[in-house]
Amino acid sequence: MDLTADLHGDILVIQTNEDRIDAATAIQFKDRMRELSLTASQRVVLDLSRVAFVDSSGLGAIVAVLKALAPERKLELAGLTPTVQKVFRLTRMEHVFIIHDQLPQNLGLAS
Amino acid sequence: MRLAADPHAVRVGLRQLLAAPALHGVPDDLMSSAEIVLAEVLNNIVEHAYAGAGGVIVVRLDFAYPTLRVAISDDGRPMPDNKLPTGAAAKFSGIADLPEGGFGWFLIRTMTTQLDYRRKAGRNLLSFQMRAD
Repeated sequence: MDLTADLHGDILVIQTNEDRIDAATAIQFKDRMRELSLTASQRVVLDLSRVAFVDSSGLGAIVAVLKALAPERKLELAGLTPTVQKVFRLTRMEHVFIIHDQLPQNLGLAS
Repeated sequence: MRLAADPHAVRVGLRQLLAAPALHGVPDDLMSSAEIVLAEVLNNIVEHAYAGAGGVIVVRLDFAYPTLRVAISDDGRPMPDNKLPTGAAAKFSGIADLPEGGFGWFLIRTMTTQLDYRRKAGRNLLSFQMRAD
């Protein structure tokens, strides 16, 4: 599971470099997220802009990461593509996460 | 179309199904809903009916605007009590008791109509319809 993390001030930005988080990869996703989020930060933002598809296993894995980070840190999501957005909306998980249309500005992503 | 029952084969099979001539002309929004529902149904067969042991899944698709008709069969174990799971929406009061599973049947039931399951001659037969808005 290709995930990369960059610390921008107090925000840990995790980029998903895969086009799917599904039953075939949900466990690897969870494991890799656990490793990457060991880096201390106030906020964790998961960029899903390259992810075209999340199934119920992938959704469950993202929820598991949210729970693992709580209560000290909250998992924020950015860049949901249309099908991913639909899964979050129908399951009402869109109300559980802080969701940004895109990565928060001024992160200095060029660095 | 026939697929092998393992999570990676489901990925490949899903891609082939969505590109099938039978789905020509399906609007984008219905296509994305179909991808979600087919993924849930196929993964459910892999994980429960075949319980990771592998097997063959047969999928038949038929689209005539605005209705997509789907029939899926497998030779795996029957549904518990020969009934489909209810797929009730999860209730939770805080982050600590959020569900990490059980979203699958909720999604299937939310996005389909005419959902029907029967066990016949040792096979599971699932059929449903989805409609374009």
